[in-house]
Amino acid sequence: MDAIKPFDVVQMNPLKELSKPHSMGTTIIAIKYRDGVLVGADSRTTTGSYIANRVSDKLTQVHERIYCCRSGSAADTQAVADYVKYYLSMQSVELGELPRVKTAANLFRTLCYQNKNHLMAGILCAGWDPIEGGQVYSIPLGGTLVKQPFGTSGSGSSYIFGYCDVHYKDDMTLEEAEQFVKTALTLAMQRDGSSGGVVRTVNITKDGCERKMVPWTELPVFFEG
Amino acid sequence: MSSNGTGYDLSVTTYSPDGRLFQIEYAQKAVENSGTVIGVACKDGVVLGVEKLIESKLMERNSNQRIFNVDYHVGIALAGWKPDTRQLVNKARKESQDYQSFYGTKIPAHVLTERVAMHVHQATMYWHLRPYGVCALISAYDEQGPQLFMVEPSGTSWGYHGCAVGKAKQAARTEIEKLKFTEMTTREAVKEVARIIHLVHDPVKDKDFELELSWVCDESKRVHQLVPKEVKEEAEQYAKEANKDDDDDDDEEDEDEELVDSGAQ
Repeated sequence: MDAIKPFDVVQMNPLKELSKPHSMGTTIIAIKYRDGVLVGADSRTTTGSYIANRVSDKLTQVHERIYCCRSGSAADTQAVADYVKYYLSMQSVELGELPRVKTAANLFRTLCYQNKNHLMAGILCAGWDPIEGGQVYSIPLGGTLVKQPFGTSGSGSSYIFGYCDVHYKDDMTLEEAEQFVKTALTLAMQRDGSSGGVVRTVNITKDGCERKMVPWTELPVFFEG
Repeated sequence: MSSNGTGYDLSVTTYSPDGRLFQIEYAQKAVENSGTVIGVACKDGVVLGVEKLIESKLMERNSNQRIFNVDYHVGIALAGWKPDTRQLVNKARKESQDYQSFYGTKIPAHVLTERVAMHVHQATMYWHLRPYGVCALISAYDEQGPQLFMVEPSGTSWGYHGCAVGKAKQAARTEIEKLKFTEMTTREAVKEVARIIHLVHDPVKDKDFELELSWVCDESKRVHQLVPKEVKEEAEQYAKEANKDDDDDDDEEDEDEELVDSGAQ
């Protein structure tokens, strides 16, 4: 065994940076509005300080009307989302109807909680079901399950708590919700080095899901000094 | 072999030449030996009623339950071989809890029924198992409204508006068919269920009985429970009077019945 060197210098090694696990130092957001829910995310995936993907999709569909926003380890969250997707498809066949968002959220919770020592996953689960309508659930690191009118997660979210608290309203229209999500994400992407790229959103209502992408050239501009 | 089916009733895994499984039919006989159990789905809930035959006068009341809570929104009434009923109730409760903890929502009645039925069916598929000698009526009230299901010893299950199993199932089914339970409230249905149980009970041939009634309805806040004492007493009163009108000529029988019933209060 090598003795620990007292003055070991941490140095930047480009190869080492590239071989780090892919993680989504992310900003994700999900909000309940009048007709359903709107989920949004930035598109940056990093391996250490290297941007492995600048147009990644962190909004993953787990059932017809249920999405999850993934933050943390890309591999872990993809694996968890795949499990939930499988369980939901099995359940919807057994029930013969759309699964509930609560069910999806509970599955995320169970998986994240029972494997908490092996996972790096912060997930927002949002969607629409015929019984409770639009819902947003947040499943942060330890595997807690919290129902919220809106939720944010990822490294960028800490920069926008204030903005969200001030500007969130109950019962927004789609236009208001889109504005809210777009502004919040842009602000986070500007301040957080691990968030950036484009803004992706999915609008989930009883009639279906609609995706949108806002290229960085079209994002609003705020104070940059 | 003397006739077509002889020798084919020893194993539940062997069909007779004309395609029957005698062990399952025997299990159904076990159900027919037990007191009548009826269930009706109404517009605002489901009512279950059991003619609970008293095996011994020394037995404590309520020590031979036939209706059980499975979950808040689900109840089960069973006819048939006693120990098997217990096993099935435990299975139903476990399935209900497992579903709740896995999916985070209460189990829908048809899913529970399906799972209980699967379990019952499994017992007809192995030489080392014996079929359940039990018929189960499952009542539930959830987002999908009031529902009633029956699981048979063969493992088949059906949804019903009204249903009867046990000793006097034929007579009870005929009585159920005469009424439109789906348009009734549970309050009204409780009385009719009590009346039917009293009607189909034969005080001369059958053992004494105790009436067990449960409901899951708006009045009980969609929680399955035994019908409250006052409501049950009112229903039994109604049952006795209605049946007295039916057969005024036989006073002796009525007296018998009165005795039994006062014992059951």
